[in-house]
Amino acid sequence: MNAARESIVTADGLTKRFAEVAAVDGLSFSVNHGEIFGLVGPDGAGKTTTMRMLAGVLRPDGGGIVIDGVDVVADPESGKPHLSYMPQRFGLYEELTVDENIRFYADLFEVAQDVREERASRLLAASGMSQFRGRRAGQLSGGMKQKLGLTCALVHTPQILLLDEPTTGVDPVSRREFWGILYGLREEGVTILITTAYLDEAERCNRLALLHNGHLLYCDTPAALKQRMSGAVVAITSSAGRAAHAAIADLAGVSNVILVGSGVHAVVDDAASRIPALRDALQRGNVVFDDIAVTAPSIEDVFVALLEDERRPR
Amino acid sequence: MFARIIPMVIKEFLQLRRDKAARFLLVVPPILQMLLFGYAATFEVYHVSTAVLDLDHSQESRDLIARFTSNGRFNVMKLARSQRGIDKAIDSSEATVAIVVHAGFAELLRKGQGAPLQVIVDGTNSNTALIALGYINTIAAGFAQDYVTDLMQRVGQETRPLQVTLEQWPWFNPDLNGRWFFVPGVIGTLTLVLIVNLTAFAIVREREVGTLEQIMVSPIRPAEFILGKTVPFFLVGLGEVALVVAVGLLWFRIPFVGNPFVLLFGTALFLLSSLAVGLLISTVCSTQQQAFSTNFFILSPFFILSGFAFPIASMPQVLQWFTFVNPLRYYLVVIRATLLKGVGIDVLWPDFVAMAILALLLLTLSILRFRKTLE
Repeated sequence: MNAARESIVTADGLTKRFAEVAAVDGLSFSVNHGEIFGLVGPDGAGKTTTMRMLAGVLRPDGGGIVIDGVDVVADPESGKPHLSYMPQRFGLYEELTVDENIRFYADLFEVAQDVREERASRLLAASGMSQFRGRRAGQLSGGMKQKLGLTCALVHTPQILLLDEPTTGVDPVSRREFWGILYGLREEGVTILITTAYLDEAERCNRLALLHNGHLLYCDTPAALKQRMSGAVVAITSSAGRAAHAAIADLAGVSNVILVGSGVHAVVDDAASRIPALRDALQRGNVVFDDIAVTAPSIEDVFVALLEDERRPR
Repeated sequence: MFARIIPMVIKEFLQLRRDKAARFLLVVPPILQMLLFGYAATFEVYHVSTAVLDLDHSQESRDLIARFTSNGRFNVMKLARSQRGIDKAIDSSEATVAIVVHAGFAELLRKGQGAPLQVIVDGTNSNTALIALGYINTIAAGFAQDYVTDLMQRVGQETRPLQVTLEQWPWFNPDLNGRWFFVPGVIGTLTLVLIVNLTAFAIVREREVGTLEQIMVSPIRPAEFILGKTVPFFLVGLGEVALVVAVGLLWFRIPFVGNPFVLLFGTALFLLSSLAVGLLISTVCSTQQQAFSTNFFILSPFFILSGFAFPIASMPQVLQWFTFVNPLRYYLVVIRATLLKGVGIDVLWPDFVAMAILALLLLTLSILRFRKTLE
């Protein structure tokens, strides 16, 4: 990865209002050259609105965006040749074949004939789509449509790739291939901004920005964000997750309880003193559990805890 | 400068080629509508349902009534036996026209006096009533004429009564065939509806599917996008006009006495201005539902205020002003004039100029209105 740490995308005090509601409210962050930068947050946090403003299809009400040294709020068209934006649902022409879609987007960006062919073949091969080049886009599966969308978005070799929840509704195998392509792009020096609803994907990013109600809560590497969390995470392995949740949610020193696949995770202020109390509460509630132990926080724990801190009146 | 127009056009034709339903809709309904409307759109009156009451029972009254029965304009549905039967026939719409020959009709005629013929007309449809009355007048006049001639011959008087005869020779449509007037109108109207719908939906669909957002993030210029949408539908429109004009010429035997190139030129301007209307609608609407309602809202007045059926000169002044922004108004003049009258640009140039200005104005407006943003 490129060691250079200069920022290539900067948002400064970005604001967008829809009617009276501020979807994005004074948002500032900067993305470094050659990193995968994740925008995460609950629904309505302003992720898609931010992406659209960066892509130049939505004009901000306030604040500035500088992409590769160019003020794109003043001149949205100047950023477009360097950018690629893939909305949640990439607009494919369903009647056109895979190849015809790629050719159309290559034409729009005026990509030279030999370059586009080389690039399209490589991207399609990387996503396992080479044998579907003659198939109509409308007949592709959801995952394949997203991969074709990515191929179309990348055919003009953008410096910056904006991806808005690209893997929502995509099967796990396609998701892994998709991330494989993204890592490959990062190797080539492409800067990637991604929003995702999957927090395991957030962990794959170099840096994350946690959005809430249109403004930035935290922006750091996944590891640093985990350290930011006060207290510890106690994992309770149980098949009766809901009962466990109910039994311990209101205990003193427990700030947060979330359901996970194996049971529940509880965020506590001090693990050593709180584990016996948790154990007692579970037994009082007749909750069967296999194990109770301190665990490393997942990014999901961190976000739930950080968001909870934000929501709680102080 | 406009390098991205060609890929837009290729894409548009590929979509059209793949879309079976769209191809069907471009060919079959226009032909069917052309055939249907060609027959349906007429002001001529045939087969008027007629009730007859003969209270005279004379040679003369039977002769007069026979003139109605043997005439294709009238269809004698009922031979009433009393005035009440006549009233009932009109009330129940069984008959639109009733003819009553009162007792003493023949006697008055034989005395050489004027004999009244009572005619009752259902004025609900004032147009049909008016035209039917005209036919009745003609038939009655013909009867009177023949009766007088006959009488004089029997009396042995050879001198014909003095009369003024009207020698009609209408120009451009000697038989005053209403179809010659309406079929060119149907051609223009069908084309307008088809092109406006096609264009409006084409862009709104891209907006709905999400491809428009994708196009917006590309470096395409608004003019490239709008022209990329215009060229394919212009070509499709030319094909459509050729198709429906062919139906008009071959099936309805409409004459084509003018210069085909004048018609082609006029059609091109008409298509551009119609396209521009569709484009403008599509820049305002965000869903196909909205586009549908807007098209309906726009196209109905265009149709009524085009001179298709109702003469523009008879409209109130305010509505006449509105017709100036209606491309159909000009095209109907052009297509009727080229098919039937055979006049050239020397006469039609004001209509050409008007359509060109409309097209230029509306296209520019659509390009200005088409912003590369989602708002």
